[in-house]
Amino acid sequence: MPIDFNFMVGGEAGQGVQSVGFLLAKVFARGGYHIFADQDYESRVRGGHNFFRVRVSDGKVDAIAEDVDILIALNMDSIELHQPNMVTQGIIIFDGEKVKGVSGNNGSLLSIPLEKLAEEKAGGKLMINTVALGAALSAVNYDLNMLNTVLVDRFGKGEVGNRNIAAAKAGYDYVQSEHKGNFRKIKPLSEAQRMLLTGNEAISLGAIAAGCKFMAAYPMTPASSIMEYMAAKSKDLDLVMVHAEDEIAAINMAIGAAYAGVRAMTATSGSGLCLMVEGIGLAGITETPIVIIDGQRPGPAVGLPTRTEQGDLQFVLHAHHGDFPRAVLAPATIEDAFWVTINAFNWAEKYQLPVIILTDHHLASSYATVDPLDLSQITIDRGTLFSEKEDDPLEYMRHRVTKSGISPRAFPGLGKALVVTDCDEHDEEGHLTEDAGERTAQVQKRLRKLFPLEKEIGTPQKYGPKKAETTLIGWGSTYGAIHEAVDILRKEDASVNMLHLNELWPFPAKAVADAVSKARNSYVIENNATGQLARLIKAETGYDVSGRILKYDGRPFTPAYIAQAVRKEGR
Amino acid sequence: MVTMSDYAGLKPAWCPGCGNFGILEALNRALIEMEIEPHQVLLVSGIGQAGKLPHYTRGNVFNSLHGRPVPPAIGAKIANSELIVIAVSGDGDAYGEGGNHFLHAARRNHDITYLVHNNQVYGLTKGQASPTSDVGFITKTTPYGAASPVNPIALAIVSGASFVGRGFAGDIDHLSHLIKKGITHRGFALIDILQPCVSFNHKNTFQWYRERVYNLEDERYDPSDKNAALEKALIWGERIPIGIIYEENLPVYEDQLPALSEEPLVKQKIDPRRVEKLLAEFM
Repeated sequence: MPIDFNFMVGGEAGQGVQSVGFLLAKVFARGGYHIFADQDYESRVRGGHNFFRVRVSDGKVDAIAEDVDILIALNMDSIELHQPNMVTQGIIIFDGEKVKGVSGNNGSLLSIPLEKLAEEKAGGKLMINTVALGAALSAVNYDLNMLNTVLVDRFGKGEVGNRNIAAAKAGYDYVQSEHKGNFRKIKPLSEAQRMLLTGNEAISLGAIAAGCKFMAAYPMTPASSIMEYMAAKSKDLDLVMVHAEDEIAAINMAIGAAYAGVRAMTATSGSGLCLMVEGIGLAGITETPIVIIDGQRPGPAVGLPTRTEQGDLQFVLHAHHGDFPRAVLAPATIEDAFWVTINAFNWAEKYQLPVIILTDHHLASSYATVDPLDLSQITIDRGTLFSEKEDDPLEYMRHRVTKSGISPRAFPGLGKALVVTDCDEHDEEGHLTEDAGERTAQVQKRLRKLFPLEKEIGTPQKYGPKKAETTLIGWGSTYGAIHEAVDILRKEDASVNMLHLNELWPFPAKAVADAVSKARNSYVIENNATGQLARLIKAETGYDVSGRILKYDGRPFTPAYIAQAVRKEGR
Repeated sequence: MVTMSDYAGLKPAWCPGCGNFGILEALNRALIEMEIEPHQVLLVSGIGQAGKLPHYTRGNVFNSLHGRPVPPAIGAKIANSELIVIAVSGDGDAYGEGGNHFLHAARRNHDITYLVHNNQVYGLTKGQASPTSDVGFITKTTPYGAASPVNPIALAIVSGASFVGRGFAGDIDHLSHLIKKGITHRGFALIDILQPCVSFNHKNTFQWYRERVYNLEDERYDPSDKNAALEKALIWGERIPIGIIYEENLPVYEDQLPALSEEPLVKQKIDPRRVEKLLAEFM
């Protein structure tokens, strides 16, 4: 019987929900399972209600599920809110001495004196969550030793590590001796090792692998963890992360660093990107390569700070005034985020333009297991560079008009060539000009860069039968949920396939037009309120999609939600 | 040998008699006397009449957006710490639109020199009040008179800048000397430059300044004394001090970056395999 098992940890902010969730994901990843885990939390440091879902599977998973097999409820709210999602054989782990009046049919109630055990066996209430973690693993008869190594990795071999090990053992043993239920057995599969990482970690690793040497940013959920990761690795990996005074400074610093010749990026969320808009155009007219990460969250303005949305697509396609080229990418999965980021740096330098990577809170903060990355597949393409050996530096012109539109780059101070550029319209040398002819030549030169860039855009990912009555079209982080929804629907004999875009601009119009025109029904599936991809498809192909499955409550799609919505559309 | 011809740039489009000519001359002289070649210098400017200065000399030039010369100057300095980075602004650019960057660049003490052409009026947009216009200065946008001005010298000192000077576009020898000191100084060096605007500021004229400025070097003055510097910073009116108002050796932002300790970032090779050891941390 295939294993597809879902844990949920629920509690207040400050109760260690994130910690237990991560450790659960880690201990099953170590055991050779595929993991997808997401975090749902409020914009507060203490209190409220947070939960962390961990899906454990023996096959690849890229989405969360709605069903819960084991709920670790650190408070009453968790039981009340999530009991409806419990499967028939589900188990709710809670502290019956603290949480009174629990009832209901869904899920066997597994009362464990979490607080008492934490105090008696592990020296304090801080360990409640680890006791619960041990109990949860016991309820599936998992390997406690595997958890011990994960705890040592996380907390060290000292007192903190030992207390956590004691706490986990207390919870584990209690379940084994007091609850002799007919528990399911989930054994470690193999030593097969996969990485467990978040979307933001994948982006950070991609940036470092691509040779990003400079990042400037201002903290904003869900992008802050990229800043923190880059800063943490800045010493060992010889890079610089500047915590700037604001987003305007951040993007302008990154542009300055890129102008001076290093790969540079910034990261923010939608309303931070609003402040950065002037920098997008500055990079455009000065032809400075930068990578901008936009971790989308629901807007407008501050919106829902800790939740997810795909509401920035139309914004990033147009952000800034005037006409100039840009590229917009949207990783489909956590692994994809690594490769897309590397690609973004290459395109930014090859075409000397801003590249925007659209992720969202869901992708940024969810965990997934990723097979070992083959670093030999990485190529670094710094684009056309000026060579003082071959050409006279005194003749160098930063914005030389060329057939391809690409002017060789030189870097200030590395040779005799003077690198001159201007946010005013400029002549080929880079000096400001108001000449009509020079203006026209520069606009055309910049826009010409789009032609070779368009050729780089790959075919959108397809899944399912080549021909189907219904085509589901998505972009970015919804890949996993849509993919699995196709599987669910096809098991019901529905004729469904999918088309997914992780490269949005330049728009792959031909491939999308082809898919939309061939399907009887074409539905976009988007985490926004208006169907922004649907509008883009209409604008670029002339085709209307036949339906829009939209979600804008700040929560990610689940495969079941999409499948149900498709069934409804089809009726 | 570096000569004036090395720094012959495009023909300026400033008004005849503009104070900016004196600043351009003083900067060129400073660079020549320091034997700095144009390719060693990066001039980062913003928007306004001052923002055009880099085009009128020679060097690497990043003419940035309004209010924003400081952030790209910082980015470029960190990317290539061997570059001599000079940011150039007007008073609107530096103290209005770019006010936040000014405060934080001073606070973090980045190793750049910041020349601010302070003519107490907006020139490029034709005569509106600026953040440094004197109280009561009447313009088309301030018909009831400008509000209290920003004090850039005091602001720079309290914000943590390690070099704060004031020059006068009408005293090129003194200004050139001051710019050399600013470039030599390690850390954030603000040089606020009194710059008459012959077209739109008929109050703070060359004559007005000449009657008021006095050189701090002519009196016993210790620029390392922060309290004394703050006192000097508050003097404005009948007498206006010029020269180095505050200078101290403070920790420089770039010095605490381990990545810059061996060689500039821009000279470091890209090696994707370096990420390998990080991947292991996720197993």
